[in-house]
Amino acid sequence: MMRLELVKRPQRSMLFSALSPFIAFGLTIIAGAILFALLGVNPLNAFRIYFIEPVSQVWQLHELAIKAAPLILIAVGLSVCYKANVWNIGAEGQFILGGIFGSAIPVLFPGFEGPLVLPLMLLFGMVGGAAYAAIPALLKTRFGTNEILTSLMLVYVAQFFLDWLVRGPWRDPQGHGFPQTIQFNDSAVLPELMPDAGRANWGFVFALIAAVLVWLLMSRLLKGFEVRVLGSSPRAGRFAGFGLNRMVFFAFLLSGALAGLAGISEVSGAIGQLQPVISPGYGFTAIIVAFLGRLNPLGIVAAGLVLALTYLGGEAVQSALGISDKVARVFQGMLLFFVLGCDTLIHYRIRLVGMALTKGAAKLEAAPKLKEAR
Amino acid sequence: MDITVNILLTIATAATPLLIAAIGELVVERSGVLNLGVEGMMIMGAVAGFGAGYLTGSPWIGLLAAIAMGAVFSLLFAVMTLSLATNQVATGLSLTLLGLGLSGMMGTGFVGQPGEKLPNLYIPVLTEIPVVGKLLFGQDPIFYISIALTAAVMWFLFKTRTGLTLRSIGDSHTSAHALGIKVIRYRYLAVMFGGACAGLAGGHLSLVYTPQWVENMSAGRGWIALALVVFASWRPWRVLAGAYIFGAVWIGQLHAQAFGIPVPSQLLSSLPYLATIVVLVLISRNKRLTMMNTPASLGQPFVPDR
Amino acid sequence: MKRLLIALMTTAAAMSLAASAQAADKLKACWVYTGPIGDFGYSYQHDQGRLDVEKALGDKVETAYLENVSEGPDADRAFERLAREGCKIIFGTSFGFMDPEVKVAKKFPKVMFEHATGYKTGDNLGIYNARFYEGRYILGQIAAKESKAGVAGYIVSFPIPEVVMGINSFMLGAQSINPNFKAKIVWVNSWFDPGKEADAAKALFDQGADIIVQHTDSTAALQVAEERKLKGFGQSSDMIKFAPKAQLTSIVDDWGPYYISRVQAALDGTWKPDNVWLGIKDGAVKMSAYTNMPDDVKAMAQATEKKIVEGWNPFTGPVAKQDGTPWLKDGEVADDGALLGMNFYVKGVDDKLPQ
Repeated sequence: MMRLELVKRPQRSMLFSALSPFIAFGLTIIAGAILFALLGVNPLNAFRIYFIEPVSQVWQLHELAIKAAPLILIAVGLSVCYKANVWNIGAEGQFILGGIFGSAIPVLFPGFEGPLVLPLMLLFGMVGGAAYAAIPALLKTRFGTNEILTSLMLVYVAQFFLDWLVRGPWRDPQGHGFPQTIQFNDSAVLPELMPDAGRANWGFVFALIAAVLVWLLMSRLLKGFEVRVLGSSPRAGRFAGFGLNRMVFFAFLLSGALAGLAGISEVSGAIGQLQPVISPGYGFTAIIVAFLGRLNPLGIVAAGLVLALTYLGGEAVQSALGISDKVARVFQGMLLFFVLGCDTLIHYRIRLVGMALTKGAAKLEAAPKLKEAR
Repeated sequence: MDITVNILLTIATAATPLLIAAIGELVVERSGVLNLGVEGMMIMGAVAGFGAGYLTGSPWIGLLAAIAMGAVFSLLFAVMTLSLATNQVATGLSLTLLGLGLSGMMGTGFVGQPGEKLPNLYIPVLTEIPVVGKLLFGQDPIFYISIALTAAVMWFLFKTRTGLTLRSIGDSHTSAHALGIKVIRYRYLAVMFGGACAGLAGGHLSLVYTPQWVENMSAGRGWIALALVVFASWRPWRVLAGAYIFGAVWIGQLHAQAFGIPVPSQLLSSLPYLATIVVLVLISRNKRLTMMNTPASLGQPFVPDR
Repeated sequence: MKRLLIALMTTAAAMSLAASAQAADKLKACWVYTGPIGDFGYSYQHDQGRLDVEKALGDKVETAYLENVSEGPDADRAFERLAREGCKIIFGTSFGFMDPEVKVAKKFPKVMFEHATGYKTGDNLGIYNARFYEGRYILGQIAAKESKAGVAGYIVSFPIPEVVMGINSFMLGAQSINPNFKAKIVWVNSWFDPGKEADAAKALFDQGADIIVQHTDSTAALQVAEERKLKGFGQSSDMIKFAPKAQLTSIVDDWGPYYISRVQAALDGTWKPDNVWLGIKDGAVKMSAYTNMPDDVKAMAQATEKKIVEGWNPFTGPVAKQDGTPWLKDGEVADDGALLGMNFYVKGVDDKLPQ
């Protein structure tokens, strides 16, 4: 009987830091090839359609940017949360509230036009997302309520609230009774970057800016240091005089605002009106993006693009080869599994040992706390 | 009288899968592991249960398949988080993602097929006692399993030596390890028990609740189960109470609508979630109580040094 | 190893070349579904229609579909992808695809677009819909005959005109038999959540309804009826397998004939954007076998079905609105526009329409 044993490296391995994403991707490809073969499809052909075709056409690159923008925006905010050991998994709800708050302007004041409209909407969207994120933060700091669950439950509430709004008070009176608000006027629509080439809008630029700013914050400023210290060891942080409650609020408000910005950018840029459903689960997928990018804002940009590619590729194989859309989900799950597994190699060496050898005496040493993100 | 009995029976059916999945997760969390993949394990259990029942014609085989599938699927999580020390939150989320995708692929051939339903218990004379007969002796077999399971877990955690060991691992894996306890082995077993429970809960969905297979049929129940564990501050009997309170709110909002109460249905539909938040707050306000029961090393990976 | 890889690559390339060469001779017809085709309801029925096209037109066509397409920016991409991949005719099957389809249709003037249940048309964009309310009138009549309590339980998804129209038609049918007939209504806020639909059915039965009607897609409610030895109606597809003793009949969406005729027109070069609202007469709305009811009720249902086929509209006056104000005068027939935007109840509905 053999078993795995982890041996902690004295310091993180630079080699595996660089290699692990590639190993993970390679493993995903191998597992994917088996999956495609089982489905009776030529794996090479499937991979060509899945991974190459979507990035070989200009319009698809634009679509990639549209799909990746909200994922990156949300995930960048979440990375700060997770580094601070604050578990916001309700970004989907904050995204929706951002969309609602921002849309209030064009829906309630359809006659209001001009260059001021869009900045105001974006601001409102950020405020909406942040305000909604403040609820779990408040409950956590005030009552110690588990934020994983409250933030998640609030997602459902947000979905029902949006549903009620677009079917009730905000419904387009000329819309034949269908659940949609009016179409936003032109000055409330987020412009496209290169209208002749494709649909990508300014949302993608916001995502890139947010990633760079948060990266600077985390790596260059004291605040980032505070986040990391409090995240890895709350006690050490307290000794250093950092406030735990303030940190919870900071993380939630920042990630809520970014999710809200993503929400209003999506509604104003890609949809142009409010609908009962404005997100195909971006808030949840972004959690995966955050971890795929190893909670590093710049890594998240790459991860967001890769994940967007799995969606586009999933659609491509679906229409070209008739493969079920579930394949894309399985791919995402496998990719994340392999990335998480391979990242273990950065901190540990893996040894295969026989059972008999492991019965050595245990040493009394503090277990390394890995909860802190790598 | 009949209507009350019927409503209670409906609540029991709605509460049973939540209870089972939550009890399983409770044991996992008591051992110090946080598995957010309950939804994924549940849906895998549902598809395996339906499939095995449909193919063999025996819902009992379906039930066993659901349990086995849940346990096997949770092994994936165990290898990742316990042997490779990966982040538990992220691993659990990817388990859910993978489960939703895989179950959809596996279930393609089962769509639109009527499945096998586990028969309700029937004991001559006893089941026919007015009012209590149906409640006590006329429900589906998994209902009885869920109650027995709760009692068994209560006894196991607080009355047995192994249960004490498990709890001590959850409170401090380093000290448990120092005492020579095989932390990882215990946790493997706990995670697989949780998986088996989630699988059984999924089996309840596709073999009792709505005997059919459809994609995403777990519809978020795995997440509710997770909330129930915290709600119960890691106490089995409170999980039972929580599952039934949630079931009652869930069924109650439908009755309120059928009764014609003029409140937007969206508000009624969000009641169960709002209620969960309120109760979570009420529970966590009592800090001493929560601290006492929370497994201190919950969610932290453990790598034995040697 | 390297050589093997190259060999594999060339075969793959050759295969895909062959595939596209083959495709050139065929007409590619494509579908976009909002749900999974595994819902055994709305999207499933559209996909059955696609399979009918493959069966009927064989070698002349090639089909493709995208399922689970979210109604938002994903929809834009789905239509654009299909148009670029050489689809000559594209069917969008959900209301929420309307604006994306309008946008993409303008961009690809040579591709033929069809949109179900919407109201916007274009030079290369036609719309089609089915008069499910015709079937619901018949359900109402059967329910009034078969219900001993005089109360039906009605499980509904979302308050859109299509659903409201259905409730009204059902009530008009029921009241034509029993003027005091009541319906209890539960909104489950989902097209598809078997557990919640089952719970809603139980709640409605517990509150005294003895017959169940649904405007949601799963078979769960009917299974509850079967278990309680009560009656109910199927939705979208024939659900008799799930409830052999409980299903009275089911309104079946049969898109096949329409899809075949449109793809055939595209093949012949005679396709023009159209605006059709198909009913029982056209075969798009079908009543599955009338079962579990006495012969006289069955005869009544068949007579009504025949009357509808001959051109009679269930929304024929006199009809009053819920608050008693008159809506249709004696003999007046509602026009299609009023029906398509319907957001009020007729007299006798025991519910407040969510506004």
